[in-house]
Amino acid sequence: MLNTFMQSRLRGLIVLALILIILPAFLGNPFHYELVTQMAIIAATVVGLNLLVGFAGQISLGHAGFFGLGAYFTGIATGTYGWPSVPALVVGAIVVGFIAWIVGRPILRLKGHYLSMATLAVGFIIAIILNNERALTGGPDGMPVPAFEIFGWELSAFGRYSLFGITIEGFQAWYIFASVVLLVAVWFALNLIESPIGRALRSVHGSEVAASVVGVNTAKYKSLVFVISAIYASLMGSLYAHFQGFITPAVASFEFSILFITMVVLGGMGSTFGVILGAVVLKLLPQVLADFQELEHVMFGLILMLTMIFMPKGLLPTLTAFVSKKMRKKAGGEA
Amino acid sequence: MLAEFLQYLFTGITIGATYALIALGFTLIYNASHVINFAQGEFLMIGGMATVSLTAMGVPMILAVVLAVVLAGILGIALQRFAIAPAKQADVVTLIIITIGASIFIRGIAQVVWGKEYHVMQNFSSDQPIEVFGAVLNSQSLWVLGIGAILVVGLVLFFTKTLIGKAILATSMNKEAARLVGIRTQMVLMLAFMVSALLGSVAGIVVAPITFTSYDIGIILGLKGFVAAAIGGLGSGVGAVVGGLSLGIVEAMAAGYISSDYKDAVAFSMILLVLFFMPRGLFGAKVVERV
Repeated sequence: MLNTFMQSRLRGLIVLALILIILPAFLGNPFHYELVTQMAIIAATVVGLNLLVGFAGQISLGHAGFFGLGAYFTGIATGTYGWPSVPALVVGAIVVGFIAWIVGRPILRLKGHYLSMATLAVGFIIAIILNNERALTGGPDGMPVPAFEIFGWELSAFGRYSLFGITIEGFQAWYIFASVVLLVAVWFALNLIESPIGRALRSVHGSEVAASVVGVNTAKYKSLVFVISAIYASLMGSLYAHFQGFITPAVASFEFSILFITMVVLGGMGSTFGVILGAVVLKLLPQVLADFQELEHVMFGLILMLTMIFMPKGLLPTLTAFVSKKMRKKAGGEA
Repeated sequence: MLAEFLQYLFTGITIGATYALIALGFTLIYNASHVINFAQGEFLMIGGMATVSLTAMGVPMILAVVLAVVLAGILGIALQRFAIAPAKQADVVTLIIITIGASIFIRGIAQVVWGKEYHVMQNFSSDQPIEVFGAVLNSQSLWVLGIGAILVVGLVLFFTKTLIGKAILATSMNKEAARLVGIRTQMVLMLAFMVSALLGSVAGIVVAPITFTSYDIGIILGLKGFVAAAIGGLGSGVGAVVGGLSLGIVEAMAAGYISSDYKDAVAFSMILLVLFFMPRGLFGAKVVERV
């Protein structure tokens, strides 16, 4: 039983890895690489958010706040104060995790729409601060961020690297790096879900009262997963800042928060691979719809509405349910 | 000193009255269907924009207002009928995303029809400001307050005196029981969305001369309405009015005495503070959770 579980968990990860390996064959130019690298970083963020929303059942409408804090911590620490990238990323994640812990304790007691409201407020306050503290953040105009630097290497999208006689372009190097980050993020999430912590979280989602009756410290676990998802967001915000080379307060905006939660819900709450699909679809959709020019937003809104109306469980869970139903029918017919 | 204070107070009450109307719209829909309608702000936008463009086409003001309100009402019904009703089994978050999709859709259409520019609407009456103890009061503020008050009184009468109003109340209390006594709950839900849209569009029209109007004005106004409704306690009519007015006043005071850059931050801190001590808002119903 445990064995099959392990296998199925690894299977998803292997499929994802294969997709990431094959994908470059379809990527024609640096712009494609840029898009896919952004997708991977955003996908890793929503994998973290999904732990909170999909598994613990707690809605956050302000997650971009943590993403933005991570991005700006990195920007300020490496850009203004000359810190190396990795310490900045790690310290940033610790600071953001701590902030999430402080903020999370009072607001996670709230339920339903009140929790949405509170997380939205926290996100907004962070975005307003980033917008207004011009001396530190450059205000609405944003600030430049130095290239990511690891073990003395500088990872720049415009660089060129050779290793073991193979030369790759900077944007390809970033793609590989972001892919590895995504795989690690997914691997960690899958393990967390199958751990006792994950079971406790799901019991909170099922019924908080029942969970507390059987001795689950619901407050502790909700707070823990809130912090974990905030750390995910902070780390990815830091990487995003390095990759983009320039950040504006838009990374912490309400629109970005809404985009994150939409990715989770559209892809399939509680499905780690589903939310990755959600991130891919929502990142790709504007590119596809750009052809509609001024009707772009109309189409986007329409597609979003229709998908959620007809697939309320999200894309991946609906598709897998559909496929397995077909398969069962087929198997039944043969028997 | 006093003049300054009064000035901020007037500004606060005016914008607060608008927030209160939006919050009432939220409350209505929330009570009837437990949906938080993120497209609420778009009703305001439709109200203001349709009125502006109709008057620009030469339609008399009164008629333009009526047509704009009717348009918003139809939109409210359509939203319920085509977006919310088909998603019966959906999760709360899923419904939120549907209304967000609807708001993007409506905003997209508005942008195509009316463009991205700001539009200016004339004051209803004279442009001459009124002076009170040294503070200046825009005559349009009186229109906002007056019409806001009429709408609130009208709503109270609607819910306490009319059969339809009572049917909406009954449905919000217990859908199954309401259906058992012969109330067509589907009709009631559409009605709730319609009334909510009417409220929103009227708010959008009366406030348009003060704030101007554009295709994307609904986002922030809708959010402020949600904040106001949450401060008052979701589902409470009194709460929506108190929440709206207090949010408007706090915002105006913060902008005046602290910094206009941080006025929104003060508003959002206020909601956190309120929820911190009163997790269900000021007037939120005490709910006994059934396990």
